[in-house]
Amino acid sequence: MTRTEFWQGNTACAEGALAAGCNFFGGYPITPSTEVAEHMAAKLPKKGGVFIQMEDEIASMASIIGASWAGSRAMTATSGPGFSLMMENIGFAAMTETPCVVVNVQRGGPSTGQPTMSAQGDMMQVRFGSHGDYAIIALCPATVQEMFELTVKAFNLADKYRVPVFLMADETVGHMREKILVPDKVERVSRKPFVPGTPPFRTTDPDLVPGFPQFGTGQHVHVTGLTHDERGYPAATNPGLHMALVKRLVDKIENARYEMADYDIINPDAEQVFVAYGGPVRTVQQVLHDSPNNDIGFLRIRTVWPFPENALAEFRNARRFLIPEMNLGQIAREIERHVKVPVKSIPKLGGELHTPAELVAALEAKQ
Amino acid sequence: MSFDDWYRQDRLPHIYCAGCGNGTIINCTLAAIDQMGWKKEETVFVSGIGCSSRAPGYILTDSLHTTHGRALAFATGVKMANRDLHVVVFTGDGDLAAIGGNHFIHACRRNIDITVVCMNNQIYGMTGGQGSPTTPKGCLSSTTPYGCTETPFDLCELATAAGANYVARWTSYHVKELEKAVKVGLETPGFSFIEALVQCPTAFGRRNKFRQVADHVEYLKVHSLLRAKRDRMLEAGEHIPEDMFVVGELTRRNRPAMGVKP
Repeated sequence: MTRTEFWQGNTACAEGALAAGCNFFGGYPITPSTEVAEHMAAKLPKKGGVFIQMEDEIASMASIIGASWAGSRAMTATSGPGFSLMMENIGFAAMTETPCVVVNVQRGGPSTGQPTMSAQGDMMQVRFGSHGDYAIIALCPATVQEMFELTVKAFNLADKYRVPVFLMADETVGHMREKILVPDKVERVSRKPFVPGTPPFRTTDPDLVPGFPQFGTGQHVHVTGLTHDERGYPAATNPGLHMALVKRLVDKIENARYEMADYDIINPDAEQVFVAYGGPVRTVQQVLHDSPNNDIGFLRIRTVWPFPENALAEFRNARRFLIPEMNLGQIAREIERHVKVPVKSIPKLGGELHTPAELVAALEAKQ
Repeated sequence: MSFDDWYRQDRLPHIYCAGCGNGTIINCTLAAIDQMGWKKEETVFVSGIGCSSRAPGYILTDSLHTTHGRALAFATGVKMANRDLHVVVFTGDGDLAAIGGNHFIHACRRNIDITVVCMNNQIYGMTGGQGSPTTPKGCLSSTTPYGCTETPFDLCELATAAGANYVARWTSYHVKELEKAVKVGLETPGFSFIEALVQCPTAFGRRNKFRQVADHVEYLKVHSLLRAKRDRMLEAGEHIPEDMFVVGELTRRNRPAMGVKP
C-alpha cells in the first residue's frame, strides 16, 4: 500500500531515513540541507531514536560513526562547507568499514559560494575528497520520490557493504515540492552477522565484506583508523598488509558496481545521447518530451559512484555523448575515460538548472 | 592487582617510551573500573590521536581509536546510541585542548555521561616534542626553541566553566589519589574530567632539565598544591607561586546530565 503526499525533497529524504529505520541523526545546520535535520529533530525522539545537534560538521560525522558502532542506523545531512569539514572522518569511516549515510544537498561553491542556489560541484569531492585511496557509494536523486527511495537504498547499501554511502542531492531537488507515493514498508538489508571468535577484519567471503562486530556484544573489537591487521590491531609499517587492506576496501565496492548500478536507458539506438544525474535529469526529460522524432538517447544515472560505465556501452550507435552538469564537467571527464566517441560537456554554474533551449542548442551544435 | 585481564596480552609490547607516565594513568583508570565491577562487554574506550590515545588499543574491551581531537564527538555518538554502555575517553593535552578544544567544551556543556582521563604531558610526544596548549611559559620544545611565550590553558578550569559535573587533577606521582578520583568520576552521572599530569622524559624532560625520570615526577609532586591548602592560602591573602598547580577534587556537582542510563 502507498499513500500520496506533496512533499519537499528534504522532507522526503528524512521520511525515507525514518522508513529505513534510521535511529540516530547527528547534524549541524546548513543551507540548503537544514530541513532534513529539522524534520529528524521533530520525528526521531517520538520514535525512540536520537537526534543530536553537534558543535560542527566534524563532530556530526564523528557522532554517526560512533553511533553506528553502537548499533544504530546513523545519518547526517549537510552541504558544501560542512561536507569539506567532514572529509577526514569520512576517510575514517571508509578505513574502519563503518556503515553510515551522509546527505549532501549541494549548493554553489567553492567556499561559502551560493548557499541558496543549486549545484553539483561536489561530485569528485565525494569520490576522492578524503586523503588516500578508498571507495564509496554515491546516489543522485532527480525527483522528490527518489529523495525518499534513494535514502532508503543508501542505508541498505551502507549496511550491506559496510561503507559510507552518500545521497548527493542538489538544492533544486532538495527544495522542490512534488507528488510522492510513500510506501507503508520498505526493504531493509541487515549488516552481515559477525561470527564470534573470528578476527573482526578478516573475510573469506567473495564480497570481501567482513561481518559487523557491534559494540556491546562482547566481541572486544579494536577499531582504528591506522592501517590494521585482521584482528583490528595497528600494523602501520607493514607494506604488504597496507596494500592488501586498501585494495580490499576499494575492491569490495568497485567489484560490485554492476550489481548495484541503478540507471535508466532511453532510446538505446540513438546517435546523440544525453547522460545526466540529479537536477539536470529534469531538463533532459523536458527536451525528450518536446522532441518530435523520439531519436534522442538518454542515460539517467542514480548510482554515480561507483560509476556504471557498462551502461554507456549499451548505446551502440552513439556518435556523441552530451553531459549537462551543474559543475564544470566533473562526470563528463569520467565518461571520457570510458567511450571512444566525442563527449560534450554542457557545464552550468550560477545556481539555475539548464533550460531546455540550452540543451537543444547543444544538441544542434556540431561541436 | 586483579585487573590484568583487562589488558590485551597479545598487543604487548606497548609503544610507550621507557619512563613514560601514561602506563601509570592507565593502571589507575583500570583499577578504578575494576572496583566499579563493570563488565568488559559493557565498557567502551574511545580515544583520538597521540601517545595517550594509544591506550584503548591495549585494553580488552570494544575500543575506538579515532581521528585527532575528535574522540569526544565519536564518544558522544556511542553513548547516545546505547546508554547502557560505559564510555571512557583517554586523551592528551594536544588532542583535547588544541585540535579538540571545541568538542571538549561542548561535551562539558552537554554534561554527557562520559568519563575523560587526560594524560597531560604538556607537549606533543608522538610527533617528537612540539609545544602544546598546556606547555608552561618558558619551557622548551621543538617549536618553542626560545621558550614558550603563550599562556597555557588550565584544563580543569575550562571543564568547570563549560559545565562538567566532576573535575579533578592529580599527577603520575599521586596514584592512589588519582585512582580514587577516576572512580568518583566513573560514579558521577554526567561529564567527568580527570586531568593527570604525567612526565614525558623523551620529549619534555630531556629539553627541560629533568635529567632523570624521577626528577620530573619529583617536580610534579613538589609543585602540586592541594586544593584545601590553596583555599587556605587564598583566604589568608598569601601569594601562590606561578609554577604551582592545584590538585584534588576541583568540581563536584549534580547538574542535569545527558545520556545517563535510564
